[in-house]
Parts: sequence; C-alpha cells; structure tokens
Amino acid sequence: MAKIVVITSGKGGVGKTTSSAAISMGLALRGHKTVVIDFDIGLRNLDIIMNCERRVVFDFVNVIQQEASLNQALIKDKRCDNLYILPASQTRDKDALTKEGVKKVLDDLAEQFEYIVCDSPAGIEQGAQMALYYADEAIVVTNPEVSSVRDSDRILGILQSKSFRAENNQPPVREHLLITRFDPERVARGDMLDVPDIEEILAIPLLGIIPESQAVLNASNKGMPVVLDEKSDAGQAYLDTVARFLGEDKPHRFLEAQRKGFLKRVFGG
Amino acid sequence: MSIFDLFRDNSKTPKSAHVAKERLKVIVAHERHQRNAPDYLPALQRDIMDVIRKYVDIGPEQLQVDINEEGNYSILEVNVNLPK
Repeated sequence: MAKIVVITSGKGGVGKTTSSAAISMGLALRGHKTVVIDFDIGLRNLDIIMNCERRVVFDFVNVIQQEASLNQALIKDKRCDNLYILPASQTRDKDALTKEGVKKVLDDLAEQFEYIVCDSPAGIEQGAQMALYYADEAIVVTNPEVSSVRDSDRILGILQSKSFRAENNQPPVREHLLITRFDPERVARGDMLDVPDIEEILAIPLLGIIPESQAVLNASNKGMPVVLDEKSDAGQAYLDTVARFLGEDKPHRFLEAQRKGFLKRVFGG
Repeated sequence: MSIFDLFRDNSKTPKSAHVAKERLKVIVAHERHQRNAPDYLPALQRDIMDVIRKYVDIGPEQLQVDINEEGNYSILEVNVNLPK
C-alpha cells in the first residue's frame, strides 16, 4: 500500500519545499520508490529546488485534465532512480485541482510508488486543502516563531476536520512535527522558542529538528536536495528525520549551541 | 553573551522566547475553542447583541457568548457587561 505524506505548514517560507525535496530524496535513497508532487498550482518551485525546471513538459493539471498521461508528466530524478517529480502547472490556478481529479492521479501513482509526498502550498485555501485531503501522514513544518506555530496549529485543525480520513470516520491522519530553521544559540540566549515549548503548544510527536544552516541555501542554489550534502548539519538532520519516519530510533542532534572561543565570549559576536 | 552585556540590566525584562510562549498558549487555546464551537455561534452572538442594543448601548467587547461541553450536554454561557 502506497503511503501518502503531505508536507504542510499553513505559513509560507518555513521550508515546505526544501523539506519535501529533502525528505522525498531521503526516502528514495533508502530504497523506497517515491514520487513528490508540487501542489502549488501557479507558483511551482519544487522543480527548481530539484533541478529539473528545464525538463518540465507536462504537469499535474495536464494529467488531471487528461491532456497528458501520468508517465508523460513524471520527471525521473537524474541522481536517484527511485525518485520521480510531478511538477505543478505554472499557468493555471488552484481551482484546477478537484477532489476527484486528485484522487484519480493519487490512485494511479499508488500502483507504481511506495511513497507519495505532497508538497503543499502555503495558506489554507483550495491548493493546501487538496494537498492534505488524501494524506495518511502529515509532516507539519514549523519555525520556532509565533506566527509559524500559530499557523501550524490551524493546519492541524484542518487535518483533524477536513481531511478525507476525518470526513469518513477513518483513523486520523498521523501527524509529525518538523522544526526547521532552529538556532540553538538564540535559544540559549532566550531569544527563540525552544523545542519543548513548541511540542507543548502543538502537542504532536516530534519527527525532526533541522538547524538553521548555510547548507540549505547552498543546496537550493544548485538545485540539489540538501540530503545529498551528506556532510552538512541540515543534510544529516534530514537523513535522521527520514530514518525516524521509517521507524528507526535516532537521537535528535544539532540542539547544542556551539561552544565559542575565548575571544568571542569576551567580545561577543 | 559578552562582557558588554554585563552592563545591561537583563534581569527585569523577561526573555522574548518566554513572552512568545505565553502569548502562543493563550491564542492557540482560544482558537482551538472557537474551532470546536458550533457554526451558528457567531450568528447567535450577533442576534443576542442586537436584542441587547435595543435597550442598552454596549460594544462587542462587552458581550461574551460561549458554548462549553459538559459530558452529554452543552452549556450556553452569555456574559453581558452593562455600563453604569
């Protein structure tokens, strides 16, 4: 049975697409046949993060409207045989997504893939609701910042009331918390919400913590999911996250502030 | 933290992360409560407001309408603060 995983957050700019790229590549590297779908109709970006923006011919909406077959629209990743990308349409609007249309595509994908990762657009409108509607699992991406935590709680409310599982009295969507852009130094100074604070407020199980990292921008500049930068802190944190998602027990890392040298401690910076 | 920070008095102002957590707890609890309330609650609140305003001039902050679940029944709680 294919598993449908939505990467969502409510708020924009918290790292949904970065996380979708990293997690889907991580699953594929672990040997699972994975497809990642961009649900951000009209503002596609997963393609440029995955370095396949010049290979897009047909898109998700073309498939829904039967203007192209699924296999015509799927783009095979050049770095990992197990990974495929289904890009969003750049010209249509989000109303092109219907429950029936999305279901048909997901059902067809489920025949070929183990994991279907849905990269949600920001907000709580049609596009975001479609991305989470058929999900079995939800990874809620949250920054340690008030507006992001509040919006995550809002999206959790939608998962619990407006998903297919909720509407059909099925077991609820399994929720996971993924904290991104975490800065242990600012936490140590008391300037940033700590992990237990966010866990307490949102009350969902913690899947991973991705540190604020140069590696994320470097990776997106090159169109490379950050897990391929295995030496980087963020890359390792995402690989740990994927391992935990697959049921492994991994301790959380990158939570300690870096010890500063004597000069830095005296003079600050 | 550097040597310059020692000259600043940080003890009285609470850390901003702590402020963030307290504010979030309040708003998230409030919004969850609203989310679970029946759909008719805002309309009911508006109608109650209109009735009271026929007699006394009150503002929206002076009327609170809540529904609380208690086992197998619900309590409609209406709080009106009348001006003196």
